[in-house]
Amino acid sequence: MTETQPAIHVKALHKSFGDLEVLKGIDFRVDAGEVVCVIGPSGSGKSTLLRCINRLEDSQAGEILIEGEDITDLDADVDKLRTNIGMVFQQFNLFPHLSVLKNLTVAPIGVLKRDKAEAIKFAHEMLERVGLAEKASAFPAHLSGGQQQRVAIARALCMQPDMMLFDEPTSALDPELIGEVLDVMRSLADEGMTMMVVTHEISFAKEVADRVVFMDGGVVVEEGPPLDVLDNPQTDRARQFLRQVKEH
Amino acid sequence: MGSFVLALYMNLTPRQKTKIYITSMYVLAAVVALAVGLLADWERIGRNFFNTEVMRDMFPDVIFIAAKNTLLYTALSFSMGLVLALMLALMRLSSIAPFRAFAMVYIELLRGLPALITLIFVGFGVPIAFGWSIPGGTLGTGSLGLAIVAGAYMAETIRAGIEAVPKGQTEAARSLGMSKTRTMFTITLPQAFRIIIPPLTNELVLLIKDTSLFFVLGSTPGTKELTKFARDFLNSTKNATPLTVAAIVYLIITLPLTYMVRRLEKSAAKAR
Repeated sequence: MTETQPAIHVKALHKSFGDLEVLKGIDFRVDAGEVVCVIGPSGSGKSTLLRCINRLEDSQAGEILIEGEDITDLDADVDKLRTNIGMVFQQFNLFPHLSVLKNLTVAPIGVLKRDKAEAIKFAHEMLERVGLAEKASAFPAHLSGGQQQRVAIARALCMQPDMMLFDEPTSALDPELIGEVLDVMRSLADEGMTMMVVTHEISFAKEVADRVVFMDGGVVVEEGPPLDVLDNPQTDRARQFLRQVKEH
Repeated sequence: MGSFVLALYMNLTPRQKTKIYITSMYVLAAVVALAVGLLADWERIGRNFFNTEVMRDMFPDVIFIAAKNTLLYTALSFSMGLVLALMLALMRLSSIAPFRAFAMVYIELLRGLPALITLIFVGFGVPIAFGWSIPGGTLGTGSLGLAIVAGAYMAETIRAGIEAVPKGQTEAARSLGMSKTRTMFTITLPQAFRIIIPPLTNELVLLIKDTSLFFVLGSTPGTKELTKFARDFLNSTKNATPLTVAAIVYLIITLPLTYMVRRLEKSAAKAR
């Protein structure tokens, strides 16, 4: 059973902001070890979907099962479920009043009650993994955008989550800094991390994703292996979007 | 004649007009200063406001009793007010409607009333009504009274500080599994307090000055703060010099603080 149980299973999800319905019945799944890239025009609801998955946004109808447990259930222990879902934001959202090391250890020590020395040791390992071993005592403001985003990834990894959500992780970066972040994400994918990535990086999706989901107008329009969806889209909307993206 | 001057003026270039304007303002200021300097009775002013004998008599009590009490009252009012303000700010932002309503009513009420009324209420209203007075004498009663007022003002400052911390900070903390409370105390509040140190320092300066309202509670020689001390000295010496001394002591305390606020605001503006 556990083998077939998806890491993330979204069923008939509806989400509105006031009168505006943003998600109109989404069915979506990410299996353990799978990398799923979600693409689509802005306003298509892809970021909202991602934020619903760790309940940064509440949804109105439908289910979101995280390894079988419904996070939309009012009785669900959301804080505990979130410790298992790493999240990387477009704007990095590092804690500016804490050093890089403290950014990485504040939740493992405070929330997971890890031993302090152990948490610090693990944080150093994660920093090394994202190539920033020497930045442990730096403050976020002194790092470049690319470095900040890599620290943010390391921060999420320090919770040792089963899955990672990426919300347009490279959209706020200068073009020359995008590569270093994508490299880290690529190596995570290679190591078998379960990942859901909302992105505009079509070439990254093509290379790394196991599956690509194209969303538009609050619904999943098309999904499948990256080469099918990206090179041979079946719907007009996907074709049009990909044409526009490729022109840039 | 007048129209001739006017015509002459109209023919000047804007640069010349500005020059004339600035020169005339300087001349005006100089004339006023000169008039004050010549007409004022300097001997009398010196004798009444800068009497060295009276000054000498005020020491050391003006420092070791009056100024000390002013600082003590301020410190106690400020720290109690800060705790109260933090609670009010958190209630104001609470998801529980009655908490929000209570905080809002409290804040609006206490900010709308003169601090003197609150002090009299705490000092005399409560004992008369309930036969029970606040412990700690002038120190306890007065500090609590001012804290109640300062708490209302600082609550709004703290609330603004909390709201100024970007939403992404809370989201990042929550996504790491932190509870609302842990997020507030480890992520949001430390950042909020950095933002509000300048306005809080301003609040502190206001409190320093407001301790002069303690006179209404009555005093013993040991509990006088600066203003009361100076006024009593003025009464007994029939000389206004104590006011000058008190003013100077107040400024020695407040000016560095206001200077610090300006520096902090400037560096904060630069950081942004």
